[in-house]
Amino acid sequence: MNVDLFPLVLYSVIVIVLIVALTAVSHLLGQKRKDHATDEVYESGMLSVGSAQLKISVPFYLTAILFIIFDLEAVFLFAWAISIRETGWLGYAEVFIFIAILIAGLVYLWRAGALEWRSQRQRDDRLHTIGKSGVVNIDKKTGKAHKTEQPKQGGAH
Amino acid sequence: MFSFEVGSLLNIAFVLGAGLVVSIMMIWVERRFLGFFSDRLGPNRVGPFGLFQVIADAVKMLTKEDWIPPFSDKFTFVVAPMILPIVMLLSLAVIPFGPGVGVMDLNIGLLWIFAMAGLASYSTMLGGLASNNKFALLGSLRGAGQMISYEVFMGISILGIVILSDSFSLREIVEAQRDGWFVIPQFFGFIVFMVAGMAESHRWPFDLPEGEAEIISGYNTEYSGMKFGLFMIGEYIGMVVMSALIPVLFFGGWLAPFGLEFGNEIFSGLFWMGAKTTFFLLFFVLVRAALVRPRYDQLMSYGWLVMLPLSLVNLLITGAVVLYQAG
Repeated sequence: MNVDLFPLVLYSVIVIVLIVALTAVSHLLGQKRKDHATDEVYESGMLSVGSAQLKISVPFYLTAILFIIFDLEAVFLFAWAISIRETGWLGYAEVFIFIAILIAGLVYLWRAGALEWRSQRQRDDRLHTIGKSGVVNIDKKTGKAHKTEQPKQGGAH
Repeated sequence: MFSFEVGSLLNIAFVLGAGLVVSIMMIWVERRFLGFFSDRLGPNRVGPFGLFQVIADAVKMLTKEDWIPPFSDKFTFVVAPMILPIVMLLSLAVIPFGPGVGVMDLNIGLLWIFAMAGLASYSTMLGGLASNNKFALLGSLRGAGQMISYEVFMGISILGIVILSDSFSLREIVEAQRDGWFVIPQFFGFIVFMVAGMAESHRWPFDLPEGEAEIISGYNTEYSGMKFGLFMIGEYIGMVVMSALIPVLFFGGWLAPFGLEFGNEIFSGLFWMGAKTTFFLLFFVLVRAALVRPRYDQLMSYGWLVMLPLSLVNLLITGAVVLYQAG
């Protein structure tokens, strides 16, 4: 099959030229200033401390790994969805087993805490201050956070 | 060359012009409607009904200082905001706006849109990383995590449609809906796709990468002038793409409901496609006015534990029904 891609190529070129031109024009038209705080990092008026090369929280890595696993799965499912009438019930059975294993994997990940964004210690601390209801109870006399329920294992602090 | 057939110069000009004008006007429409929803007027000073507000904004953005931070990774910093509007406009290319209206009829149109949506997450990611600012880094991390999570089941949620229409081509998907819109057999697919689409274009209530109450402005904190404007217009073009894609996939695209076709086939098609797209654009604005932002861990567990299994089960049931009917 021979598809004439000319309209798409032309459209892409126009779009890219347009966006690059917008950026270039704004660079030429924009004012130029140099004040004593121009080259500072903007952190809502606070002076910046330290580098911005922070250590990244572990759940983000886990999310990226999960994405690779499940997006690969989606690729296989794309191939199956377009050919479902040719592969018939046999193909369906195979995809069913495939998806069942993946859902089992997802349940395992969930139970193992891979989708948890707080550490056990953070969860204990939170439970300690605000209780299970998620509502902060302020004691009227002392003005401190009122402990509604003690965590069951108080080992975290 | 100047007739209405897919890929003619007239069509290219129409899609590009309509896409840009509608997305730019959406900024005004959204501010105006948000104003009405919260019992104030919204922008109403520049021109009739404040219609020229966007022109004033564009002039302002073009004349603002185009500041490239000396502490940033300069090349990436400049390239990142260009990625978003470019890929969003490119995904507009395969959307069929009417019979014979559209830039290109790819037989893998749906995959093209997913490829472009995947590239769009680089814009958020690189923009925040290159800024070398702590808040921008936090915003871009959030954006990356959110977009790759929701991309997974955004793809799976429309596989039901691929099964029903037996095609990746958006035109064939529209034609396959002559007997009935896919929103009825694919209702759960529709729900999942819409939620994923909002999260993918990080529209409200999924705008955690920006989260202006927590992390200044998120990934675009260090951006000024037209570079910030490109992020913003890219988001609105993404909204237009989503609002045009939902009718094409689930609501019969340019096909008239209840046989309410009138006059020329092309103009009737354009009218109905426009009406359906407008409906979803305004729906996005209503959602922004009505909902609050979730916490980040809620957002992620909602995606992985509710939306992903739901889309997989929906896919399995659709496949079984189609195979049963085929015999």
